[in-house]
Amino acid sequence: MSQQYQKYYVPAQSGWPIIGAVALFLIAVGAGTAVQQMNQGGGYGQWLLLAGATLLIIMLIGWFGNVIHESMTGLYSEQMDRSFRQGMSWFIFSEVMFFAAFFGALFYARMLAVPWLGGADNNEMTHALLWPEFSAHWPLVSMPDGGETQAMGWHGLPLYNTIILLISSVTLHLAHVSLEQGKRTALTAWLFLTIVLGIAFLFLQVEEYVHAYVEMGLTLDAGIYGNTFFLLTGFHGMHVTLGTIILIVLFGRVLKGHFTGDQHFAFMAGSWYWHFVDVVWLCLFVFVYVI
Amino acid sequence: MTSMTEQNDIAAQQHDETNEHHHYAPKGIMRWLLTTNHKDIGTLYLIFAFTMFLVGGAMAMVIRAELFQPGLQLVDPNFFNQMTTVHGLIMVFGAVMPAFTGLANWMIPMMIGAPDMALPRMNNWSFWILPFAFAILLGSLFMEGGGPAFGWTFYAPLSTTYSSDSTALFVFSVHIMGISSIMGAINVIVTIVNLRAPDMSWMKLPLFVWTWLITAFLLIAVMPVLAGVVTMVLTDKYFGTSFFDAAGGGDPVMFQHIFWFFGHPEVYIMILPSFGIVSAIIPAFARKPLFGYASMVYATASIAGLSFIVWAHHMFTTGMPLFGELFFMYCTMLIAVPTGVKVFNWVATMWRGAMTFEVPMLFALAFVVLFTIGGFSGLMLAITPVDFQYHDTYFVVAHFHYVLVTGAIFSIYAAAYYWLPKWTGHMFNEFWAKMHFWCSLVSVNVLFFPMHFLGLAGMPRRIPDYALQFADVNQIVSIGGFAFGLSQLLFVVVVVKAARGGEKAAAKPWEGAEGLEWTVPSPAPYHTFETPPAVK
Ligand code: HEM
Ligand SMILES: [Cu+2]
Repeated sequence: MSQQYQKYYVPAQSGWPIIGAVALFLIAVGAGTAVQQMNQGGGYGQWLLLAGATLLIIMLIGWFGNVIHESMTGLYSEQMDRSFRQGMSWFIFSEVMFFAAFFGALFYARMLAVPWLGGADNNEMTHALLWPEFSAHWPLVSMPDGGETQAMGWHGLPLYNTIILLISSVTLHLAHVSLEQGKRTALTAWLFLTIVLGIAFLFLQVEEYVHAYVEMGLTLDAGIYGNTFFLLTGFHGMHVTLGTIILIVLFGRVLKGHFTGDQHFAFMAGSWYWHFVDVVWLCLFVFVYVI
Repeated sequence: MTSMTEQNDIAAQQHDETNEHHHYAPKGIMRWLLTTNHKDIGTLYLIFAFTMFLVGGAMAMVIRAELFQPGLQLVDPNFFNQMTTVHGLIMVFGAVMPAFTGLANWMIPMMIGAPDMALPRMNNWSFWILPFAFAILLGSLFMEGGGPAFGWTFYAPLSTTYSSDSTALFVFSVHIMGISSIMGAINVIVTIVNLRAPDMSWMKLPLFVWTWLITAFLLIAVMPVLAGVVTMVLTDKYFGTSFFDAAGGGDPVMFQHIFWFFGHPEVYIMILPSFGIVSAIIPAFARKPLFGYASMVYATASIAGLSFIVWAHHMFTTGMPLFGELFFMYCTMLIAVPTGVKVFNWVATMWRGAMTFEVPMLFALAFVVLFTIGGFSGLMLAITPVDFQYHDTYFVVAHFHYVLVTGAIFSIYAAAYYWLPKWTGHMFNEFWAKMHFWCSLVSVNVLFFPMHFLGLAGMPRRIPDYALQFADVNQIVSIGGFAFGLSQLLFVVVVVKAARGGEKAAAKPWEGAEGLEWTVPSPAPYHTFETPPAVK
């Protein structure tokens, strides 16, 4: 490394991580028991889950509060900033791989599993012995076991949502540019617009789900098409939700006068995250809806 | 030659000149709960890993006791399956991986001249969520219907249609383990990339640092895939999806593809840091620089790259298309090339070296020989047509225990003995450490070598009972197993003794050792390299 060494800030002890560990523990036990108790109606699992989630939120507020305070009091060097940036990039890479697992499932089912069940390649006997009535096609609306569903078209809501997310990426980028140029009013306006678009996306997504469940019979358990549809769009939706919350927090900080043209890691990280979520949607739109 | 205490004094003096004086270490339980110090966190990881090693080991003792004789005698088959499953999960995620992370925490900042890990608070979080994850996993054993009994590979439909109620807890505990690994890996990468001392260029990095950098990349790439596949198991079991159920258009074989896309890089996650450790220890005790440093770096990187395109060698018998069988066979065999480069380099390093055989070196040498045996049996398994015979037999069990026990675990012992003087400030008791080595070496081979023959003769794995003709060999194996288990207690003796006292260790207790970690006093002060050292 050729650059000059700066003193690296090593925080003293902190209580937040252990609180976060307890929170994750409660969430895991809570979710685990809630899932098991699902069919028995009620149970303590959901309350543990709720307690864990609350504790996690408290922890995040406290932890990020500390970090923001340290950052505002100038404890962070450029080197520290690089650590944060690199950390965030690798986190996003891990998210990419998480989605890759579900896309992998989609491709495998579509290109191999379903055709094989229909007798493709050397699988005639599989077809003849398991479900001879089954014919392979995608989207899989008639399942081997006889279940039926309908496919979601890409016109209408999905297309609107694509346009909304694409625009939101542009507006967020404009907010970022405004921040770097010190135009605070423009920054506030663009950021606000991005948040509105994010919420609009989520709203339409819920609309789409209701439509799918109520009118189309397209549900999470409706065969491999419904499975991949809901898991992919569902996890994506959770990411948009998180991204929107991040943007709202950033908005609050902007109003308080945080961030400068050359020191705004949190803003940067939030915007990377948003662009990443956007790219995932594009892949989703192409592979889940259009093709 | 300077005496030891003098050497330590000089190191301490140099250390004081370059660092500010706040070497206070907080006391009591709060020190460990709230710590952001890489050495504290490293210690926590190591203690946790060893504890889990003993817990997982106890389960192995149950398995070997049941298999001592044919027939069912001690435990019922469902419990036997829980033991093999949880043994595997604990050894992989609770023992080997945390032990490596502990070593990384302790050593990487000291090796590259960094003041700490790059993200110290996150470091604490990565550690402390682990004991909770394993509490959940172990707790599920006591629930109605028992814990996971589907093998550490949790193949569908064993983990979906046929699994116990508590599977949801298994799923969420794996999620937490994944989060911990990913955060730990991010920390390692950022530390190495961003916190090296100014003159520590890439090709001056110690190999332990290089191998961990590449391991961390593998972790970030595949742990999320594991999270994805357990999530699909969860939805298949509880929410009516059919990812792994042909009735809804899914495929149980798809589970295996996704799992092994994680699984094969995972086995390299458990061996690459070992390569780094052995590459530090062999030059130190052969008193020669490592042969072929650059080729070691490239070999590690190419092993990591190849590990993404060999996963289906675990699935040769699932009826893949012929092209898949051939592709995965050839790619797997290709891995033997960079691995061979490594073994060659270690041997070449020792060639005409002035060798001495202190305990770390003994473990490192055993590693080279025995890991190579595991590598060879891996090559045999990679040959598609013969794998039809070997698959799911004790031959596979022999293979992966040679690479994991005499590979990963032996290298961790080598590292522990090598750096114990630096950690505790005391030399360990040579006699008991040698006892530990020799007892382990003999018993581990009695334990695992005959398994090759059992497998070739057709004894299936993951089974509580077997045909009569396997009885004698199984008895020998079990005796080896109990002996190996008992031998590990000697390690506790050595470490506790060294932590309590003993001969004072010099800053550099091993004559031929190289690296920045030996320029600080023993035991290493609470904070090291607050300003970066000069690198030669
Ligand atoms: C030369 C390198 C290697 C080759 C060619 C190789 C090849 C293989 C093959 C083909 C199998 C599947 C056998 C079967 O199920 O029929 C296998 C299993 C396994 N290998 Fe390796 N391997 C190598 C190195 C390693 C290393 C370094 C590790 C870990 C440190 C490892 C750990 C495992 C494990 C845990 C399994 C069993 C998984 C299970 O089914 O539970 N292998 N290996
Ligand atoms: Cu493999």
